[in-house]
Amino acid sequence: MAVKVVIPTPLRQYTEKRESVEIPARTVGEALAALTAQYADLRKHLFSSDGTLRSFVNVYVNDEDIRFLQKEQTPVTEKDIISIVPSIAGGLPLRCVCS
Amino acid sequence: MAIKLAPETFDAVRSHAAREYPNECCGVLLGRVEGGTREILEAVPLPNLRAAPGGGEDVLPLESPGLESERNRFLIDPRDQLRVEKDARARGLEVLGYYHSHPDHPARPSIYDRDHAWPWYAYIIVSVQRGEPQELACWVLAADRSRFEPEPVETVNR
Repeated sequence: MAVKVVIPTPLRQYTEKRESVEIPARTVGEALAALTAQYADLRKHLFSSDGTLRSFVNVYVNDEDIRFLQKEQTPVTEKDIISIVPSIAGGLPLRCVCS
Repeated sequence: MAIKLAPETFDAVRSHAAREYPNECCGVLLGRVEGGTREILEAVPLPNLRAAPGGGEDVLPLESPGLESERNRFLIDPRDQLRVEKDARARGLEVLGYYHSHPDHPARPSIYDRDHAWPWYAYIIVSVQRGEPQELACWVLAADRSRFEPEPVETVNR
């Protein structure tokens, strides 16, 4: 049973330019582990050195953030789509905010 | 990779930045990659999640609580990203990057911008001084993440 994982544009350079990858998995964690086993260079962009998902990486199953489901233990079926969504954030140097 | 921007998109980004002043504005850049050129065809304004109740803490925790707000930070709701990207794909467009404003600050990326940037995306920054939009610049993260490299922006009529 394979689940579809959608890869965001900045990370497609690590997945042979593929927009999505079909991965046999029963949970989100299994899917991400298999994905990063297949594409090793992807690993450091998704996981910290301690093996946890980086805080800049959001993972959705269909329209739901896995933080509000069962995180990496969230079960998936072949009907589900896992999306890796990069956090887009920025701002000013804090020293400039003085008023 | 050169960046082409239609004048109306250029104006849309600048006026969004002025409208949100003194807060930071943010949005997504949609378009097509043609050969070695990124052609930005649309700028879609999105709400700054740092201005919403809760400030998006659950999406990306603040690093210096008390010092960070919508005046000096922006964060895009990943649900907005999913929605815009899905809609763009259906229209044959893709997400080429993102834009945000620097209120009373030059259009140069901060270290915070760099630390939160992703490779490949075009990051447009527009400076707003006392409510008036000023220069606009485009930046792409270097492959080793050490710095942003400036990317020349060409405005072209379509």
